[in-house]
Amino acid sequence: MVNIIWMILIVVGVFYGILTNNLETINNTIVDSTKISLDMLFKIFPVIALWMGLTKIAEKSGLLEKLSIKLSPLLTKLFPEIPKNHESLSLIASNMIANIFGLGSAATPFGLKAMSSLQKLNKKKDTASRSMITFLVINTSGLTIIPTTIISLRMMYGSLEPTKIVLACIISTLFATIGGILIDRILARRYKN
Amino acid sequence: MVVFIVIYGFLKKVDIYDTFIDGVKESFSMIFNLFPTFIAMILAVNLFINSGVLDFILSFFESLFSLIKVPVEILPLAIVRPISGSASLAYLNSIFVKYGPDSFIGLLSSVIQGCTDTTLYVISLYFGSIGIKKIRYSLYAGLFADLIGIIASIIVVNLFFN
Repeated sequence: MVNIIWMILIVVGVFYGILTNNLETINNTIVDSTKISLDMLFKIFPVIALWMGLTKIAEKSGLLEKLSIKLSPLLTKLFPEIPKNHESLSLIASNMIANIFGLGSAATPFGLKAMSSLQKLNKKKDTASRSMITFLVINTSGLTIIPTTIISLRMMYGSLEPTKIVLACIISTLFATIGGILIDRILARRYKN
Repeated sequence: MVVFIVIYGFLKKVDIYDTFIDGVKESFSMIFNLFPTFIAMILAVNLFINSGVLDFILSFFESLFSLIKVPVEILPLAIVRPISGSASLAYLNSIFVKYGPDSFIGLLSSVIQGCTDTTLYVISLYFGSIGIKKIRYSLYAGLFADLIGIIASIIVVNLFFN
């Protein structure tokens, strides 16, 4: 998928440039792109580094774990098929908390472990179970309170208030998550038959 | 928040200084992993934008979007976002260059980028890791959540910043 998109972007871009006699722009873009990437990386790196240092403390001090436990009553409602106190529930909770704190890379290992734990409960091993899909939808709806990368990118371009978007992000992401869970419920019922 | 986390860690007798350093170290590997995809995607996305193809394509949708009072520039972001995080970040980058992060388009794009996720990537990674082949309705549900997020962003940003 990514292969195709990448090729289309490059090929179409270059050909259009040639057709419209814009070869110089094309050449400059190719040469500049690595410099722009490096600039971008240097600018977002400090914010990510700082935030990852802090969340490491939150993790070690048990703060993340404590928050995960608070989530479990909600999770038993969202995942009715999972037996109470099953290990997958706490893995899901850890994944969600890590995502909420904007720790994508810390969330993924929890997410993968949660998936393989859900697979143990799954009866048809090649087919996604209902709990798996619910978990995925929550995951992909982008639940977060600190969009670290975006804030750092905004700082880089001299935004006067880089964090201005945080509240709007939280509200929109809540809608996305709730909408996702609702459609998941509706589709789960339809696909049963 | 910073103070809270530090004090909480201190009270729980965590070696806060060393732990912080460890966390920062981990961010290095993350940045290293990001760099190749950044280069690849910024190259492709910028070629597509700077050659003028994007403006050409967007001009077709312009009248439709101005009807609902939404800037047409967010359309590529909405399409690319579920597929590739780096590509959408590269596009967000170009929006900031062109319009500035505090412009209406800049704000709207930031919120859209923040409230959605790379649905296709997450689905292929998570289901791939445990050998699931029939993903059933997960793709529709995931994309629907993204769509709700985008619509909500448009409404919320309009209410907050307009």
